[in-house]
Amino acid sequence: MRRIWILLAVALVVVGLGILLAALRVNPYVYFAGYVILQYVVIATAWNILGGYAGYVNFGTPAFFALGAYTAVFLVQTVRPPLPVLILAGGLVSALLGLGIGYLTLRLRGVFFSIATLALSIVLQTVIINWEFVGGSRGLSVIRPSGPPFGNYVTFLFTVMVGLAVVSVLVARFIERSWIGRGLAALRDNEEAAECMGVPTLRLKLFATTVSGFLLGVAGAPFPYYVTFVEPNSAFALDYAVNALAMPMIGGTNSWVGPVIGAVLLGTAQQLATVTISSEMNLFIVGVVLVAFVVLAPEGILGLVRRLRGR
Amino acid sequence: MAGAGLEVHRLTKRFGGFMALHEVSIAVKPGERFGLIGPNGSGKTTLINCVSGSLPVDGGRIVFDGREITSLPAHRRTRLGLVRSFQIPKPFGSMTVLENLDIPLEYAAHERSDAADADAMEILRAIGLESKAHLRPAGLTQIEMRKLELARAMAARPRLLISDEAMAGLSHAEVDDILAILFGLNERGITIIMIEHIMRAVMRFSERIVVLDAGERIAEGTPDEIVRNPDVERAYLGE
Repeated sequence: MRRIWILLAVALVVVGLGILLAALRVNPYVYFAGYVILQYVVIATAWNILGGYAGYVNFGTPAFFALGAYTAVFLVQTVRPPLPVLILAGGLVSALLGLGIGYLTLRLRGVFFSIATLALSIVLQTVIINWEFVGGSRGLSVIRPSGPPFGNYVTFLFTVMVGLAVVSVLVARFIERSWIGRGLAALRDNEEAAECMGVPTLRLKLFATTVSGFLLGVAGAPFPYYVTFVEPNSAFALDYAVNALAMPMIGGTNSWVGPVIGAVLLGTAQQLATVTISSEMNLFIVGVVLVAFVVLAPEGILGLVRRLRGR
Repeated sequence: MAGAGLEVHRLTKRFGGFMALHEVSIAVKPGERFGLIGPNGSGKTTLINCVSGSLPVDGGRIVFDGREITSLPAHRRTRLGLVRSFQIPKPFGSMTVLENLDIPLEYAAHERSDAADADAMEILRAIGLESKAHLRPAGLTQIEMRKLELARAMAARPRLLISDEAMAGLSHAEVDDILAILFGLNERGITIIMIEHIMRAVMRFSERIVVLDAGERIAEGTPDEIVRNPDVERAYLGE
């Protein structure tokens, strides 16, 4: 019980620091970059619930992220609800898609599941490209609501993302430490044996795909207000698929800390490279680092630390 | 906990055009030591996969402890007490030996996670894996791996245990080791179905034996009757 209070206290401190940083009004780029990094904390954490805990590698992250973003675009175009409603709606629609791919796991395992998720992303992008109401292939300008609760809109969105990142990490940590996490680990290790040892594998997989989908949608929902211009190529960017997978792999997939470490390190490196070298260096860095880790430290930074401490 | 009986009525399983099992019926009494033998490819493991719920059936019924379970998912069958071990050990590789047992204790026997560790340790002590409790399965020897497979099945609190070739490839003394464990479980009332190629073990262990050949049941009887059965001899050795 005491640990939960400590955990909540830490979470509140993080949110508090975020608000403080937002109030400080340093160079606006800090918020801009910070938002992207925090968004990746949410994405990497969400991906890891399915990819790391359950062992189902999802290449279709852009589909879930963009579905959250386009749900928001659709709502802004129609009823224009407040931001919390957009976030919740984006999460729920992506959660439904997650539930759908959960049923795919009945027939598709391993690499075939991954290929199906990749295809899903392409199918969804094609649908969006042909849907004029949300901008089609040309994209759509989204007008931010006037008067954020505090600061300007970018610092406000930055603070919101701090909150979302904290919530995602708390959710992931809760799943990992609970009986759900132990069941997911069992089915990741051997699905047939897990089922025969009493683990309801289908139900757990559906849970993992739904929660993972929800959080990916949540990450995407504020995106239209952040960029103010949404078009399919940026919402379905390859970066999301690659980063969602690379960040947990680099940090370590067995613990909730792994994706956070990976997202902060890799996200920061990408932002630095974008301003100092070129915006094209982003994926290059990810590629090189990912190859290095897969070869030298397949269990990520957490695995490296454990190995160093063990000896 | 008392053992439970199993009845399989006219079970049929096809893989495409191949008839893996053709109307196979077996009846195992509560508390019985039951042997299932047959040449390679005769359908023993397919039968077990159907009974445990890993494979859907194409015809027939499965009744466990008086309850129809034909369309129940595998994890529900395990929770009822119908537990199997695997021919090729399938440990949870990322967990320690102890944690491997926590999974069935928590999921099949519905124990609280803080009580599970103590019970898992007790099972490991009974089977002789106590000193390996905190190792990963990758660090185990063949016999230890088989023991882990059995220990994990025991942790699911079986009322009927299906041991699928738990002894293949083991030495003489190791076979006796595993046999002693299975005899011990049976003494506590657990029904046991043993699938085995090692005749010495099956013959010594089983009270009753059913022989499968090419997906059909060709004989049933006590070990003595089976040894003298000409159909069985033909199935194993040919004409």
